[in-house]
Amino acid sequence: MDSFNNLMGGFAHALSFANLGWAILGCFLGTAIGVLPGIGPALTIALLLPITYQVSATGAFILFCGVFYGAMYGGSTTSILLNTPGESGSIITSLEGAKMAKSGRAGPALATAAIGSFFAGTIGTLGITFLGPVIVEYALRLGPAEYFCLMVLCFVTVSAVLGGSALRGLTSLAFGLMLGLVGIDLQSGQPRLTFGVTEVLDGVNVVLVAVGLFAVGETLYLAWRHVVGEQVIQPVGSIMLSKADWKRSFWPWMRGAGLGFPFGVLPAGGTEMPTMLSYYAERKLVKPEFAHEFGTTGAIEGVAGPEAANNAAAAGVLVPMLTLGLPTSATAAIMLSAFQSYGIQPGPMLFVQQADLVWTLIASLFIANVMLVVLNLPLVGLWVQILKVPTPQLYAGILVFATIGTYGISNSVTDLVLLYGIGIIAMFMRRFDFPTAPVVIGMILGPMAEQAMRQALVISQGDWTTFLTRPASATLLAIAVLALVGPRIWGLVRR
Amino acid sequence: MMRRRTLLAASLAAPAAIALGRPATAAELFPSLSVFVPAGPGGGWDGLGRAMEQASRAAGLVGTFQFENVGGAGGTVGLPRFVSQKRGRADALFIGGAVMVGAVLANRAPVGLKDVTPLARMTTEPGIIVVPASSEFRDIAGLMAAYRANPGAVATCGGSAGGIDHITLGLMLKTVGRSARDASYVAFAGGGPAQAALLGAQVKAGISGVSEFSEQVKAGRLRALATTGDTRSLDGVPTLKESGIDVVIGNWRGVFGAPGINPAQRAALVDYLTTLHASPQWQDIMTTRGWDDAFLKDEAFADFLRKDETDTLAVLREVGLVT
Repeated sequence: MDSFNNLMGGFAHALSFANLGWAILGCFLGTAIGVLPGIGPALTIALLLPITYQVSATGAFILFCGVFYGAMYGGSTTSILLNTPGESGSIITSLEGAKMAKSGRAGPALATAAIGSFFAGTIGTLGITFLGPVIVEYALRLGPAEYFCLMVLCFVTVSAVLGGSALRGLTSLAFGLMLGLVGIDLQSGQPRLTFGVTEVLDGVNVVLVAVGLFAVGETLYLAWRHVVGEQVIQPVGSIMLSKADWKRSFWPWMRGAGLGFPFGVLPAGGTEMPTMLSYYAERKLVKPEFAHEFGTTGAIEGVAGPEAANNAAAAGVLVPMLTLGLPTSATAAIMLSAFQSYGIQPGPMLFVQQADLVWTLIASLFIANVMLVVLNLPLVGLWVQILKVPTPQLYAGILVFATIGTYGISNSVTDLVLLYGIGIIAMFMRRFDFPTAPVVIGMILGPMAEQAMRQALVISQGDWTTFLTRPASATLLAIAVLALVGPRIWGLVRR
Repeated sequence: MMRRRTLLAASLAAPAAIALGRPATAAELFPSLSVFVPAGPGGGWDGLGRAMEQASRAAGLVGTFQFENVGGAGGTVGLPRFVSQKRGRADALFIGGAVMVGAVLANRAPVGLKDVTPLARMTTEPGIIVVPASSEFRDIAGLMAAYRANPGAVATCGGSAGGIDHITLGLMLKTVGRSARDASYVAFAGGGPAQAALLGAQVKAGISGVSEFSEQVKAGRLRALATTGDTRSLDGVPTLKESGIDVVIGNWRGVFGAPGINPAQRAALVDYLTTLHASPQWQDIMTTRGWDDAFLKDEAFADFLRKDETDTLAVLREVGLVT
């Protein structure tokens, strides 16, 4: 009950007039930058750092947390409406979300994303309050060997997005893996596949690739195949969730939140892996009568699950930061540097030494969540109006939007050349029926899996059995094998 | 509002400055300065630049600041851009440091720190060698003995390969007649994952900046064996030097001017940095942030830079990162 009392004390602080103001401002800013592709919460908070000279620590952190949560809400909006993910956690959302928007279900897709984000954010924040310190101790027992096996498990999810031809799907995956290799290799310090271009020494940005593949690729393809005179204004349809939508969304929200939070807590977890696993799970668990919607008209489960996973993971990321002082994401790292500019050293003692600040912050996360759902649900009606714009103008707008957002990532012209280069490749991929989603999955998982494997092998001095002799790692590998071959064997047995 | 505050600060500073015999603090030295940070906002170099802005404005030394951040590859993406854009500009500053020395060499960058004008080294952060709390290594001598016996068996983690942590390990191994090539060095991206690996005892030892690990050490979750500075950084933790290991290394950060500025312009910038360094506002910020003063200006800084490049190159050669 100690946590509960502390939390109530936190609410007492957070509900002051000034602090609520900071929370509202943060939520607005966060939603806005979440909508823009390229500008993520890390960059925004970094740009806001100078306010730490003027504003009290509590106010500043409430603002930062509002931005952080808001960006997770906003990120789904463009993924669904424009097929342009704003940050890497919402890339998977665009798979089904954009298809729903095309078939006149943009409203329910946005609503399930917003309500799912609220549920998952609240569950995640409850997790921070009551479970965080316990889970993080377990998370520390996982080393690079376990992370590698976790990523192998995630690779199974590729099978859900391979499309009709496995060969084409795997070709796309290989392209993604290759893109992921570009840049300086962490373990050896050597540049790979950079061809002397200094701008790509740090690798190719995954959001840039997703925007290029989905948004630019689709626009170019439409421009190429567009038939004059055949102007279709996309139907908008109902805005709110129907009873059936609620029923279909509820368990994906819960499962997504359950998957997302622990991944967020893992020091090398992040928000991408749980969204992939959640998508895979929903695709496998969907009721047979809705299974055909996946990949065709868009299934609401495929939006609800990954969005919930993304938001719960985002909450989880705060756990290692608050309990141990470990920055496990770019955003957390920036927040830690903000702590330091107040002369607060974040570490294992933070909960004890800065109890007021920490509990006010957690309380303001709950408040921010409520504010965000209140802010975002009415916006759904407004956002879907975008789809009433005629196709040529709409796609021209998407192109402008994608270009500005990409330039915003690093102010680099090289990035724009890459964006359009990848867009042209994606246009041909679409023409010849190659799925684009495996490219993104390969690009996210490939480098992570490679580094984890090599770290594990350096630690074991080159002994490959390390993946089998560690119990957690062996278990994860077994689950991965089961997930890959299980459904096929089951199919054979039943026949 | 801001202007009034600046004036107020300046008028308060003036009598104090005269008393100290440094009338320069009273007057604005530059109406505006543009600061080029070759890293994203929020990092160490950005932090130094913004802290300079904060102190300079509070002390009334500079009117306005403009910042430009071009991040990537240890500063080697931003460096050529600064050199080509700001050549001959007397009001342009460039933030850099130890990381860039290694990155320029390892990435075989065509533009290096020789192409900018060294002005002053401002801060430094010594490294720290830690082991998990449950480790069998009680002191640095024990760890060094294990390195001497078989460096491959002591998995050691730190930042990216060829970075300052890796170089520290290389220099330490050299003192026991081993080479960085024999080591099991596990590179992690960023301090978070490296700390997690140490807290979970996935690796045997770790090297990073003192501030990364100091809170874990104070909480008893990691054991500090030694720090790499000239003097002690943490109470009760010896330096490598006093433990008989002849290695002194730190992650220094400094300020450079544009290429092609004349000696008078360079002197003006050095004067500004000297005044800034002496200001109480700057000393306050250093205390708050926990930064170590490493002020070294002009030719002394340039000499230090040459030595740092030679040392770094030697270790990178040994590791095989540079041929």
